[in-house]
Amino acid sequence: MAINEKELTSRKNIGWDGKTLKQMREEIDQLSRTTGHYAGLKKLPLKETEPIRYEKIFSKLRGGVVHARETAKKVAASPIVEQEGELCFTLYTPEGDSIVTSTGIIIHVGTMGAAIKFMIKNDYEVNPGIEDGDIFCNNDCQIGNVHPCDVHTIVPIFYEGELIGWVGGVTHVIDVGATAPGSMTVGPVTRYDDGYQVACRKIGKNDTLLKDWLIESQRSVRTTKYWLLDERTRVAGCHMIRDLVLDIVKEEGVDTYKKFIREVIEEGRRGFVNQVKTLLIPGKYRQVSFVDVPYKNLDVPPYARVNTIMHAPTELTVHKDGKFQIDFEGVNRWGWHSYNATPVSITSGIWVMMSQTLIPNDRVNDGAYYASQFDLPYGSWLNPDDIRTAHSYAWHFLVSAWSPLWRALSRNYFARGYLEEVNAGNANTSNWLQGGGYNQYNENHAVNSFESAAEGVGASAVRDGISHAAAIWNPEGDMGDMEIWELAEPLIYLGRSIKPNTAGYGKYRGGSGYETLRMVYGAKDWTMFFMGNGYMSSDCGLMGGYPAAAGYRFEAHGTNLKERIEKRLPIPTGGDRDPDNPEYDRLIEAKEIIRDKQAITTETIFENYDLYLNYLRGGPGFGDPLERKPKMIEDDLNEGHLLPRFAESVYGAVVTQDEKGKYIVDEEATAKRREQIRKERLKRGVPTKKWMEKERKKIINKEAAVQVRHMYASTFALSEKFYNEFKSFWNLPKDWKLTEDELGVPVFGRKINKMR
Amino acid sequence: MAQYDKYDRKTIEELIDGTIDFFKLKEMLSNFKDTDRFDKYISILQERVPWDDPILLPAGLHLYIVQKPDGKRIVKCDCGHEFCEASDNWKLHALIYVRDTEEKMAELYPKMLAQDPEWQVLREYYCPGCATQLEVEAVTPWYPVIKDFEPDIDTFYKEWLKRPLPQAK
Repeated sequence: MAINEKELTSRKNIGWDGKTLKQMREEIDQLSRTTGHYAGLKKLPLKETEPIRYEKIFSKLRGGVVHARETAKKVAASPIVEQEGELCFTLYTPEGDSIVTSTGIIIHVGTMGAAIKFMIKNDYEVNPGIEDGDIFCNNDCQIGNVHPCDVHTIVPIFYEGELIGWVGGVTHVIDVGATAPGSMTVGPVTRYDDGYQVACRKIGKNDTLLKDWLIESQRSVRTTKYWLLDERTRVAGCHMIRDLVLDIVKEEGVDTYKKFIREVIEEGRRGFVNQVKTLLIPGKYRQVSFVDVPYKNLDVPPYARVNTIMHAPTELTVHKDGKFQIDFEGVNRWGWHSYNATPVSITSGIWVMMSQTLIPNDRVNDGAYYASQFDLPYGSWLNPDDIRTAHSYAWHFLVSAWSPLWRALSRNYFARGYLEEVNAGNANTSNWLQGGGYNQYNENHAVNSFESAAEGVGASAVRDGISHAAAIWNPEGDMGDMEIWELAEPLIYLGRSIKPNTAGYGKYRGGSGYETLRMVYGAKDWTMFFMGNGYMSSDCGLMGGYPAAAGYRFEAHGTNLKERIEKRLPIPTGGDRDPDNPEYDRLIEAKEIIRDKQAITTETIFENYDLYLNYLRGGPGFGDPLERKPKMIEDDLNEGHLLPRFAESVYGAVVTQDEKGKYIVDEEATAKRREQIRKERLKRGVPTKKWMEKERKKIINKEAAVQVRHMYASTFALSEKFYNEFKSFWNLPKDWKLTEDELGVPVFGRKINKMR
Repeated sequence: MAQYDKYDRKTIEELIDGTIDFFKLKEMLSNFKDTDRFDKYISILQERVPWDDPILLPAGLHLYIVQKPDGKRIVKCDCGHEFCEASDNWKLHALIYVRDTEEKMAELYPKMLAQDPEWQVLREYYCPGCATQLEVEAVTPWYPVIKDFEPDIDTFYKEWLKRPLPQAK
């Protein structure tokens, strides 16, 4: 111990001007807080005096960071990285604030920053030490991550003995040794089921990965080869960026570089405020979303077998000065499932979304963070008060909680006339086809199909949403090539097609989802599971549009497909177009065919020739469907976006078919039918206040399914404000209460309880 | 000035009507915003509505917050139906139809793709004047009617646009 103390006093601090990193962090926070400007920068001297030089440095850095990502992507082996671009690199200040980021899964701009701040807070300078050539790794959610499969590599950048920054790289790995194979396993209900978690550990020295790390990490996951290659991808990218920074420092001088990295963050802050004032309107905007958590009959520990609903209300406040605030008051308690989130994941994720709408430029850095405020209730699913929580598929709740924010922004864009920016919301980015066992090469393997990187986009106020196109978490994602997935997974494609009726209807519909039918082939000891919304839609239409469809699962076991293929008989190909009138079932015999709204399952055994349907969701719609142009409905019918029987009930379209089977919408008859539907609406609609009287009685009598009551009870337990507003809105008796205890379901792990 | 008068009135009309050329739309999305958009937009909307109350702010497709001669700010449909004061929630003064059974959901989606009404209901809000579906809420049973849009119109005009509010004649 004495030696350590001695070492401590003789050690040279690595921060600027002899400071410790902790001192630097505190200084930045204090300056930013007291002045309202990042690092206290009321002026930007470098940018103002030498604007071209400033832009040159920015372009070099941005270009270099994007280049490193593109190069690393090409050398990666994992199809998640190589096909989907599930990686990202970011450059940080010594204090862990982001300066510039690459494209890709840019949520990690924030998460890796949180990991760096954690190391600073925990005196890593002293022990284990931060030196030139070191390599650190983190994937611990409670420190700074979304879910354990996003693995961070973090490298310090030194110049003449002083730390001038950090570079971080992240990839989504295919397996982290959780309770079941696949990177975002459904089974985990605690942190200890989530898989291998590395808490900001030094894993390399002198630019070399340590042998004990290589041995331990590869023994902890199922897909050892991909783990190692992904790690080399991250290290290579980080070292490319480190070299780039050192080149710029040599060229421009270290003092200029130091000035630049401060100014570019303050510029990011100002740019964000400017965008807010250009596109939004001061005021308050409220919205909500939900996700079904159907765990009652799932194969999980008894305390987790609860049907419940995720509740994500938000109030966006645009302040007079352009400050941007999102308050999540009313979110409900965390749960024993795999979808809990951490504050850094929700705030960083919101920036991923904002980079696709409010700040669609390359100046995405921590500047925007300094111009905003997030209120994240403690004890809720987005800020758990328990270290035990599982996070393996945190995205399930995150993407659903962000979807309403599109509506908040879009109401602003619509009011200001920026109709091109309106977006009714993002899809629930599921299903996730996951599983593993021995693959077609007889290797211990795990799969996670990133076909879900291409869901239907929300409708705008000008046009339909784009079909099977994007996922909110990776602005650059795509569905990937079938041929590549077939190499990576022992699952043959029997079809890939648009899924009818999955887009939310409207004057402009959402983008349609799609579906792929997979047949297990060449596998051994193989399991798979489903992961998506089933009973609910997590999005919602906008200004008269409908939400996208909810979900279901289809699987078939013990089929006679082998025999049918051998005899060259017809087999199911293409989609499960109309699940109410199934076609597959006419072409196969099977021991078990399942079509069910339970769209979340744990490991199920799949034998060769079993079938699995991967249904990727659609996006929500905009505007009254009765205003949709007849020609667009005709196209929907002829291109497979809409089943004919819904053309009239949804759109009021009167449809005929020509001799070739092409659908034709009769415009005149449609106009008349629409007039009739409007009359029907006036007849069936009741004044809202009158309807409220009936609904109020149901609330007083507590008439609702247990999952609904559980959602409210677990919200009331955390938020007196929400409880009081709820009671006041429905004019409930003063003593009306709803508690988790009265529902007859387990309440393991509960701490905060304001309904006591 | 590049940010001013970037798009002519016809282009903004095409944007409103959804007839705008795709590449023009793409250009609008990628470029810096035109600062006079709001003025052109409001002027087109004002010209199109069959009434004279000055539009302060569009509050949704077909809905406007307008200035009345008596000084009140009202939420009004383009058909002329007036809902309530802008400080109130217009949905509380609309007609509502709740899809809370499998049969009602089956008019919209195949059964397997529909929301389960035990978990989630669809609340459709219609204008009592023209029966236009103005909003749909996808919520759990019991959910309070959401007041989604509460702009601070005074600050917007006076401090952000730096001009007085339009007055009713």
